[in-house]
Amino acid sequence: MSPILTVRDVRKTYDGGFEALKGIDLEIEEGEILALLGPNGAGKTTLISTICGITVPTSGSITVGGYDIRTDFRQTRSLIGLVPQEIALEHFETVFRTVSFSRGLFGKPRNDAYIEDVLKKLSLWDKKDAQMKELSGGMKRRVLIAKALSHEPKVLFLDEPTAGVDVALRKDMWQVVDELRASGVTIILTTHYIEEAEAIADRIGVINGGQILLVEDKAALMARMGKKQLDVILTDPIAAMPDSLKRDGLELGADGDRLIYTYDTRAERTGITRLLQDVADAGLVLRDVQTRQSSLEDIFVGLVHQDSAGDTP
Amino acid sequence: MNWRAIAAIFKYEMNRFVRTWKQSLVSPVISTSLYFVVFGSAIGSRIDQVEGVSYGAFIVPGLIMLTVIIQSIMNASFGIHFPKFMGTIFELLSAPVSYVEIVLGYVGAAAMKSLLIGLVILGTSYFFVDLTIAHPLAMIAFLLLTCISFSLFGFIVGIWAKNFEQMQIIPMMVVTPLIFLGGSFYSISMLPPFWQTVTLFNPVVYLVSGFRWAFYDTADVPIGLSLIAICIFTGICLFIVSWIFRTGWRIRD
Ligand SMILES: Nc1ncnc2c1ncn2[C@@H]1O[C@H](COP(=O)(O)OP(=O)(O)OP(=O)(O)O)[C@@H](O)[C@H]1O
Ligand SMILES: [Mg+2]
Repeated sequence: MSPILTVRDVRKTYDGGFEALKGIDLEIEEGEILALLGPNGAGKTTLISTICGITVPTSGSITVGGYDIRTDFRQTRSLIGLVPQEIALEHFETVFRTVSFSRGLFGKPRNDAYIEDVLKKLSLWDKKDAQMKELSGGMKRRVLIAKALSHEPKVLFLDEPTAGVDVALRKDMWQVVDELRASGVTIILTTHYIEEAEAIADRIGVINGGQILLVEDKAALMARMGKKQLDVILTDPIAAMPDSLKRDGLELGADGDRLIYTYDTRAERTGITRLLQDVADAGLVLRDVQTRQSSLEDIFVGLVHQDSAGDTP
Repeated sequence: MNWRAIAAIFKYEMNRFVRTWKQSLVSPVISTSLYFVVFGSAIGSRIDQVEGVSYGAFIVPGLIMLTVIIQSIMNASFGIHFPKFMGTIFELLSAPVSYVEIVLGYVGAAAMKSLLIGLVILGTSYFFVDLTIAHPLAMIAFLLLTCISFSLFGFIVGIWAKNFEQMQIIPMMVVTPLIFLGGSFYSISMLPPFWQTVTLFNPVVYLVSGFRWAFYDTADVPIGLSLIAICIFTGICLFIVSWIFRTGWRIRD
């Protein structure tokens, strides 16, 4: 199956001369959810704006649904729904009219029943005749989502959709995302909440300094990149680590009741067999063993830190 | 052609007009009435007929032009500047619309608004003076062309302007003086010969003169010249608009 979105060697230099995208390559399959992670100023919004047609790439090519975003912009933009990071709405317009306007703008015939459905899903129906200035911040964000969904897009960009949204609402939002995914919509979202990415994405992309550091299947990423921790819990606490056990990555727990071994699942040898062997040889009796895997957050912070460190000469 | 998008923009813009109809319609009507009272009655009572028309009636075409031109510029510049200012322009830029559709929607709505205002003022003036319209079709055509060309111009101003202050400068500081000096309230023939020549460099003269011809069959400059002038102006505006969108100037980063 050909990808629904391809980005090839896209560069973007803003007028001031700042290069915000430094050769981005990205492919996204139809129906998947990709979470784009990256620190402030990494280029997430720039990348999304470039795909959607709000900014013009300096070089490189982008296709959506097989169409080129420059020559076939009508096709590509019809496929895309965008929820921008910044809330931008007209104060005096009503919810229903604003959302209907978006549908018309994208060339779709009027369909009040569909708009009603979208507004109900986003718990906005009782606000349909309210003016924007009468809405709370979280409601405004949902109006933006309703606008993006108004023309039934196949690809949805959510640029930090949960910034400033309370927990209950966030759950509602992910409910909507789940439903969209079930109906085959491809979703690209950016977020600073890593647990969010971990919870809903199929793949994770990490971007920093205008470059994609990696794009990988979430599970594979965590398995590949994750450091694991092995806790060896002893029946009888010990005062000091026996010399025969001393090695890299091994520490004695504060109470002396456990040995904590940190290892890299990517390494050829993890050293677990050896460790357990030596523990037995040292005459220690095991009560339990536990393993723990590091979270996406640890991985992300590690990656960006490494990348930024590499930048400095 | 994305006709639905044009309709959506047009409807949305007209809705803004309807929502604020008091400011949109009532204030031009009141200010026009003031002109009639001041110019028509107070000054007009001391001026004889101008080119066979009572002074009050003589100024009607100029008054309509004044209002329609200013309203076209303000409506169109506000229409496109506001989304830029509010950030809602992202939606326009990410929508499957070409600039032709954006211009048709915004300029169409702005021209429609000022056409309505122009007609309302025309109606109002019947309360103050006896009007005759010698060439009704030409009158409507002239009015329409003026609305369209100055809405296009306003659209350019709205994109060019970096803030609301800049946006006000053009209609206030440039266009209003040109209209006042463009024979709206007097006939060019009333001026000394030197100033008559100078005035011919003012493009508004051709508009007002053509429009007045449609009413009273008298003109300062030949009607053909008036038509050519407004067509050239429209052409220049169209060219600039297409250049703006081709280059994304002050619209797309
Ligand atoms: N219009 C612009 N002109 C010049 N530079 C810009 C412009 N927009 C963004 N930038 C710069 O490009 C870089 C990337 O910005 P971008 O908004 O894409 O970051 P981001 O990853 O979305 O960050 P955040 O998480 O804060 O939203 C930043 O250094 C920013 O200053
Ligand atoms: Mg951003």
